[in-house]
Amino acid sequence: MEKFTKLTGAACPINQSNLNTDQILPARFLKRTRAMGFGNVLLHDLRFDSEGREKSDFPLNKPAWRTATIVVGARNFGCGSSREAAVYALYDFGVRCVIAPSFGDIFAGNAMQNGLLTAAVTDEEAAEIMGSLAQTPELAVMVDLNEQSILCGNRTYRFRIDPIRRMRLLNGWDDLALTENYRERISAFKADDNVKRPWAVPREQV
Amino acid sequence: MRRDDGESLLWVDRHYVHEGSFHAFGKLAERGAEVVEPKLTFGVADHYVPTRGSRHNIANPELARMVRQLEENCARHGVELFGLGDSRQGIVHVVGPEQGLTLPGLLIVCGDSHTSTHGALGAYAFGIGASEVAHVLMTQTIWQKKPKRMRVSVDGAMPPGISAKDIVLAIIASIGADGATGCAVEYSGSAIRALSMEGRSTLCNMSIEAGARCGVVAPDAATFAYLKRRPYAPTGAVFDQAVEAWSKLATDEGAAFDREVALDAAKIAPIVTWGTSPQDALPIDACVPDPSRESIPERAHYLREALDYMGIAPGKKLTEIAIDRVFIGSCTNARIEDLRAAAAVLAGRASKVPGLVSPGSTLVKRQAEEEGLDRIFREAGLEWGESGCSMCVGINGDLVRPRERCASTTNRNFRGRQGPGARTHLMSPAMVAAAAVTGHLADVRELLRGGKV
Repeated sequence: MEKFTKLTGAACPINQSNLNTDQILPARFLKRTRAMGFGNVLLHDLRFDSEGREKSDFPLNKPAWRTATIVVGARNFGCGSSREAAVYALYDFGVRCVIAPSFGDIFAGNAMQNGLLTAAVTDEEAAEIMGSLAQTPELAVMVDLNEQSILCGNRTYRFRIDPIRRMRLLNGWDDLALTENYRERISAFKADDNVKRPWAVPREQV
Repeated sequence: MRRDDGESLLWVDRHYVHEGSFHAFGKLAERGAEVVEPKLTFGVADHYVPTRGSRHNIANPELARMVRQLEENCARHGVELFGLGDSRQGIVHVVGPEQGLTLPGLLIVCGDSHTSTHGALGAYAFGIGASEVAHVLMTQTIWQKKPKRMRVSVDGAMPPGISAKDIVLAIIASIGADGATGCAVEYSGSAIRALSMEGRSTLCNMSIEAGARCGVVAPDAATFAYLKRRPYAPTGAVFDQAVEAWSKLATDEGAAFDREVALDAAKIAPIVTWGTSPQDALPIDACVPDPSRESIPERAHYLREALDYMGIAPGKKLTEIAIDRVFIGSCTNARIEDLRAAAAVLAGRASKVPGLVSPGSTLVKRQAEEEGLDRIFREAGLEWGESGCSMCVGINGDLVRPRERCASTTNRNFRGRQGPGARTHLMSPAMVAAAAVTGHLADVRELLRGGKV
């Protein structure tokens, strides 16, 4: 997994609360393989009309935000379905950080697994950042994970992130590598558990 | 085992995979890794399977590939599959409990957000993403942090015509789509105790729509009776030992919760959604909101956008909203009790709109046919289909057309959920049946009383 330390780039505001993963990546694209990429279908039905033409009023289609590496969202960003492809879509588009007041639980976990930072700020701060960007779309925003800070214009904001997720992103740690260290303890647990909870394994079918 | 940083490595008792788990199997292939506990892993074909036409020669090559891929991955790794053609096939969240694979006290994961359903039997069950699915396949464990605790108590007797779906929609309307984010939600109270496993499944299923990590109902005599003699559940002395352990799972009296919510079951009316989030839910006798009467500009903007997408005039009475189609199915509401509730309303009546009934599992389908429910649906003019996720997520080709309005027993009324431009109204199976026979959103209580709607 790619490490995340600092990022400076264009930040696209998407002011929609409960922006669910069905919007971020519509289900009909879920058949794609990872190699095919998901960037061109990110937020597809909000970015494009039914004829496939870009909707000019959608933020991601505006000149300043076409190459955004940061998305600023509203409450409960990424709620809904567990599809990790919603994170792939943001990542493949080039987004490395989403700033929002809160995130869907599964989405935030998936984001961390893929090196995408979810930075939580208050509702007011998110609204203020979006306001600054509306005024100055080309404003470069700086996100520093070490400092847990966001620099937007002349304002600095502190953001919240789970300390474990922060460590893992800073170091690019992979779940599997971490778990490898526990192989023996897992085996010991299993043997012990089979005695304690014999009912917990599925009955053999005859 | 818990690390100093507060994350614990938990053993996974059951892992369910489906066609959508192909990303995770792909990660295994990349590493040349094996499924470490194939006997604790079960495959179910549900997301992409057709519900009409041939299921053996799937006409759409892309869908056929998705189903075949799951078959190949399960075969390669020695994972048992409830695939197409298997009499036990169905929606993973119906099949798990039905087969006795889902048991109280187990930790259950699946790459699907509605895995919270299995909490109905007292399991700790939650949805995970593809990376975590791969991790579970390779290690049978998952890293987790202790969630916050939330209790939702529902007491009192449920009036006729009210179901678990109305309870859960009332809860979500009250706490919001992020009202339970990061929480494990326990449902308790006399109204919850009175629910069958089917009703509890509906309730726990939609916990995720309030943002919860999982939903759970303490296992009780009804749970144990449900599990007895299920194919994969323990038998004999082991079953007795299990019941003893399961009986101790209930929350201690006086236990502290981070958040408590209480509802009076007697006051719950049939609920329908009007907007594009499950929290946009109102009693059937209400009117949709009017943005011009909203003082908060953001809220007014949200209401306008939602009503615009849904094609509903501000302030319109819910019962005046005409529908184009109905769908009875999904992991939320396609169990036998759901089909019976819908059939009770449809019996001797005709649907004014087309619609599809997709049973929660092939076993549910067979039971419904033994009870003659299929005939009631067919005679009412609805299509009686096969089991799968079907029109809830639309990726098997069962779609609601653009701007078409569907009364649906499913779990998400998100924009485009049932197809690009589709308009979804969530409600109980009985309420969908009421909408079918009247052609508009309607109060099922009137129909049950024999009144004119």
